[in-house]
Amino acid sequence: MALEVFASFMTNAWLSGTIVAALAGAVGFFVVLRGASFAAHAIPNGAFAGAAGANLIGWNPLVGLVSFAVLAALGLGATRRRLRNDVATALFLVMMLALGAAFLSLSSLYEGAVNALLFGEILGVSSSEILPVVLLSIACALALAALYRPLMFTSVAPDLAEARGVNSTFVEVVFLLVVALSAALTVPVVGALLTFSLMIGPPAAAGLMVTRPNRGLVLSIVLALLTTWFSIACSYTFNLPIGFFVGSISALLYLIARFWVARRSSLSTA
Amino acid sequence: MHWIFEPGLLANSSVRTALFIGLIVAVVSSCVGIFTVMRAQSFAGHALTDVAAAGGAGAFYAGFAPLLGFVGAGVLGAGAMDAIGVQRVKGRDIATGVVLGASTGLAALFLYLSATSGTATGSTQLILFGSIFTVQASTVPEVIGLSAMVLVALGVLARPLLLSSISPELAAARGVRVHVVSLIFIVVLAVSVGLSAIVIGSILSTALLIGPPASALKVVHRFVNALALSGVFGVSATWMGIIFSYDSFYWLPSHRGLPVSFCVVAVVVVQFALASAVRRFVRRRITVPPIEHGRDDQIGWH
Repeated sequence: MALEVFASFMTNAWLSGTIVAALAGAVGFFVVLRGASFAAHAIPNGAFAGAAGANLIGWNPLVGLVSFAVLAALGLGATRRRLRNDVATALFLVMMLALGAAFLSLSSLYEGAVNALLFGEILGVSSSEILPVVLLSIACALALAALYRPLMFTSVAPDLAEARGVNSTFVEVVFLLVVALSAALTVPVVGALLTFSLMIGPPAAAGLMVTRPNRGLVLSIVLALLTTWFSIACSYTFNLPIGFFVGSISALLYLIARFWVARRSSLSTA
Repeated sequence: MHWIFEPGLLANSSVRTALFIGLIVAVVSSCVGIFTVMRAQSFAGHALTDVAAAGGAGAFYAGFAPLLGFVGAGVLGAGAMDAIGVQRVKGRDIATGVVLGASTGLAALFLYLSATSGTATGSTQLILFGSIFTVQASTVPEVIGLSAMVLVALGVLARPLLLSSISPELAAARGVRVHVVSLIFIVVLAVSVGLSAIVIGSILSTALLIGPPASALKVVHRFVNALALSGVFGVSATWMGIIFSYDSFYWLPSHRGLPVSFCVVAVVVVQFALASAVRRFVRRRITVPPIEHGRDDQIGWH
């Protein structure tokens, strides 16, 4: 019974879950560091509209996911620079969701498919999609590695970075594109509404527990992996949507980190 | 369902209920939204819609009235966000995000359970994306009662809330209990979001909360004018959305009507784009001195 979780039809679930979790942990670390959580919430919803639209016209969902997520990232990059407030992000977000709703009602997806798109489906990635998912994840990881230093610099000390000649707009836009790509890959697995949880919960917990940035990044990836693995196992065992477990475990991790930090600081002052 | 789409818009009792509920909810959302936009709490406002979705889905599954679920969960979520620390600017987005993530997980669970229990089809679309045409006429008194409570609370709170929204330090110095005011405000916000969830679905109710006030603040500066204009924008967007949705049945060859929520959000976004264009045009004409520090939407109450 316990080993059935590793049955051959679950291989794709474990593989895609692992890739996506590592990516979400890494990207999410910078999302939290840059305080870009609202953007990280908006972009996966753009991806949702893309998947719904691709379904309507009969395209490969991955194409719809990636193109709409990239569109959302570019739109956010363009409006955020000018407005610099969350109103534009909020409106962009609801516009994408509304488009998705319209696409859904025009096509005839059955309710299970809609739920899978919004809340995740562990078997949502088919064998033919594994290769593009792997390639796109590698591209994201390479972009993050190349951007590591300027990204860290502009996140921690934006004014200093600007003075030292780092093009912060460029860094921001490339970063949003990386968020978009990894969101597009994560949405089929944990769903449009919960991709955000995976990008925020584990990194925020890691950020509370560790102060050094490099360790924080590693811990964030580890926590995201644990969250996803545990969620896949629970989802399979209890036959409930994976999104429920991802959402609650992420929040639980954050709460545990809060208590842990509070306890440690009260012990050290005592 | 096809009787909704027959000609004779105003003769249809379902459309009449929709127009009436839309009017109330648009006005309440505009009043609450203008403070939300000024306090830069759009993310919190949006997160509460997802919390409300969890409540709505739970009520749907358990067989309660959805309105009770929407509003009840919203109020609980507001309390949780306040407890985790929505007050401190640093970490405010994270606290909001954690509550948002947890409640979306719960919504996933309830909607899945409703869908698999087989009794309630279409609950996902109904809870998240809503349909004002399905609101029961019997819900109207509850909506009116809650709306009245929200408006009274806002009226009582208006002066300290306005002051602490513009300058928390000044408000504190004048003896306003800023934390209490913001706690009450976020509860009011939660109730109002729960109300608009009935109309355009929980995750799109952000549109009515943020869109009309943001558009209004782009074109006028005085608080009272902005409030009035925001109400006009909100009501017109809701009504136009309802009418477009009703008519869209005849536009498409497949005779599938566009969802109301999509039509309302589309009008809201067009309004915002037009308001931004007007503002840019006016600014070019008058050449306002460059006092903006990035958040140019939040200054200028004289």
